[in-house]
Amino acid sequence: MPKKITIEPVTRVEGHGKVTIQIDDAGQVRESRLHIVEFRGFERFVQGRPYWEAPVLVQRLCGICPVSHHLAAAKALDVIVGAGTGLGLTAVGEKMRRLMHYGQFFQSHVLHFFHLSSPDFLFGIDADPAIRNIIGVAMHHKDLAVQGVMMRKYGQEVIKYTAGKKIHGTGAIPGGINKNLSIEERDILLHGADPLNADKMVEWSVAALEFFKAFHKNNKTLVDTFAEFPSNHLSIVRAADGALDLYNGVLRAVDSEGNRILDDVDCQDYNKYIEEEVRSWSYMKFPYLKHLGKEKGWYRVGPLSRLNTCDFIPTPLAQKEFEEFKAYTNGKPNNMTLHYHWARLIETLHAAEEIRNLLKDPDLQNEDLVIKGEKTHKGVGVIEAPRGTLFHHYEINDNDQITLANLIVSTTNNNEPMNVAVNHTAKSFMNGQKEITEGMMNAVEVAIRAYDPCLSCATHALGKMPLQMTLVNSKNEILDQKTK
Amino acid sequence: MEPKKRVLVYGYGNPGRQDDGIGNEMVNMIQRWIETHHLTCMQTDSNYQLNIEDAEKISTWDIVVFVDATQETRINEYKFKPVEPSEAQVEFTMHAVSPEYVLHLAQKLFNKSPETYVLAIKGYEFELKEGLTDNAKLNLEQAFQFLTRQLAGWALIKKNLPISMLS
Repeated sequence: MPKKITIEPVTRVEGHGKVTIQIDDAGQVRESRLHIVEFRGFERFVQGRPYWEAPVLVQRLCGICPVSHHLAAAKALDVIVGAGTGLGLTAVGEKMRRLMHYGQFFQSHVLHFFHLSSPDFLFGIDADPAIRNIIGVAMHHKDLAVQGVMMRKYGQEVIKYTAGKKIHGTGAIPGGINKNLSIEERDILLHGADPLNADKMVEWSVAALEFFKAFHKNNKTLVDTFAEFPSNHLSIVRAADGALDLYNGVLRAVDSEGNRILDDVDCQDYNKYIEEEVRSWSYMKFPYLKHLGKEKGWYRVGPLSRLNTCDFIPTPLAQKEFEEFKAYTNGKPNNMTLHYHWARLIETLHAAEEIRNLLKDPDLQNEDLVIKGEKTHKGVGVIEAPRGTLFHHYEINDNDQITLANLIVSTTNNNEPMNVAVNHTAKSFMNGQKEITEGMMNAVEVAIRAYDPCLSCATHALGKMPLQMTLVNSKNEILDQKTK
Repeated sequence: MEPKKRVLVYGYGNPGRQDDGIGNEMVNMIQRWIETHHLTCMQTDSNYQLNIEDAEKISTWDIVVFVDATQETRINEYKFKPVEPSEAQVEFTMHAVSPEYVLHLAQKLFNKSPETYVLAIKGYEFELKEGLTDNAKLNLEQAFQFLTRQLAGWALIKKNLPISMLS
């Protein structure tokens, strides 16, 4: 009799997901699916609104990564106001946006590693859930936990000084920015009292990488084989030289062997190359490269993919780590799901280095904040959000009202890979099992968590997101149920 | 005389999602009230959600009041309750944490345990829209009256002055 195992986090308003695992009569996993309810109403909501409101409006989408949406929208509107695709901004305009972006990257990656992932590494997937959390980290590795908290705080400070305020920031506007960085703000971030300064953030980023690499050294089988599968990888890279560039560039994709399958194409043309498939069992679409088709054209995005597509990292310490990362797979793309964490920490170090470099750049105190040129009616903004490539596409009419909005968020880009990862994990951990164990639940979570999906953005009020895993038979009779 | 207790009122939510912004709006109202009464021992702050760095923030205060929206069916207008530290585990892919979690982290990482409360105010609509619903506004006003009385008590208790002085 086929059985279903369901992992269902129930959220209050929107953005929830559940995992369904079908088991056949022999107890073998037949198929696994990750269902994510994605909030799509935003694209209709902005229609008719003046285009210049978009960078603020989009922050309603997500209280977790509002900066990414803010900047992607601003980049799209740069095109509409004739300020190019980002490269056309003034020096202070582009550099302030980059500083904001690196601050967002830094705090987001730090949260993911210290808060969500490090407990798995420190205590193991099967460890007692009572200690497998950041409280457990605090109890057993207090210095590491304090570092995580203070690094988060530093990243938030960078955002505050560049976006203007913590909620509904207005730092980026079409064609530029609305504030520069004062000398006082620069000195707080660059030379703040220990540990809240740029040098310490670089130092701690290196230490976090060493922590991961030590874990990897002692747990190679787990880290290298857990939910490992070949795939394509997509990101933007710097147009001039293929460097890792989180803010601006051209679209590049490689296959699992490293062959270029999307060759540095203009982001304005993204919809010539990317299609989104609708499947009846999921509200979230499945993007793929058109010319390869649905079966072969899906791809991964995010830290692992970015390090697979770029040619080098333009900051010295992160580049050194990148070389070690690439050497591990002999220069070929890395398809190991848990290596997302390794890549994420290399990017954390890169962001810390970029923040330090930018804070020393006098262009940040320039006064020429905005430029404008000849207006157009369509603009596409593509940015590398912490979780992966983020597309914002707007079209306007002659009255400056938005007539079309299309967003492809990072978690949507990773929809198919997360499904594949869950399937691999289910087959590894659940074949032949008759009841749900904490270790099984967390194994599925670990596979999904590697992609750092943002399932529950925007609202959060009290009492929200239990994780429920239910084992039912073909008649939907509950055989086992676990909630956490 | 004992030094005055320092109080932080911290509201959180997304004001772009209707009643989810009720905590942020409360902070705006309390900030004006603090300025009107020159209560230098009190401050406000707000954000989209709580996170781990807030453990460091609350560790520097004597009293912390978190203000949030709630859909809890057992709450009619608002509820004020003390926060007990909790070892609740990480929730799936959740990128935010609870007041109980923040307090527990403050204890473990910074050896601080501020007197902590949650003021949960009933909300009704959470769609992509600015502004509170009318019913949420009524609840907010009642909660504001309650919270200012509470804050006044904390501000004046060491001076042995009547609360009415701050009304």
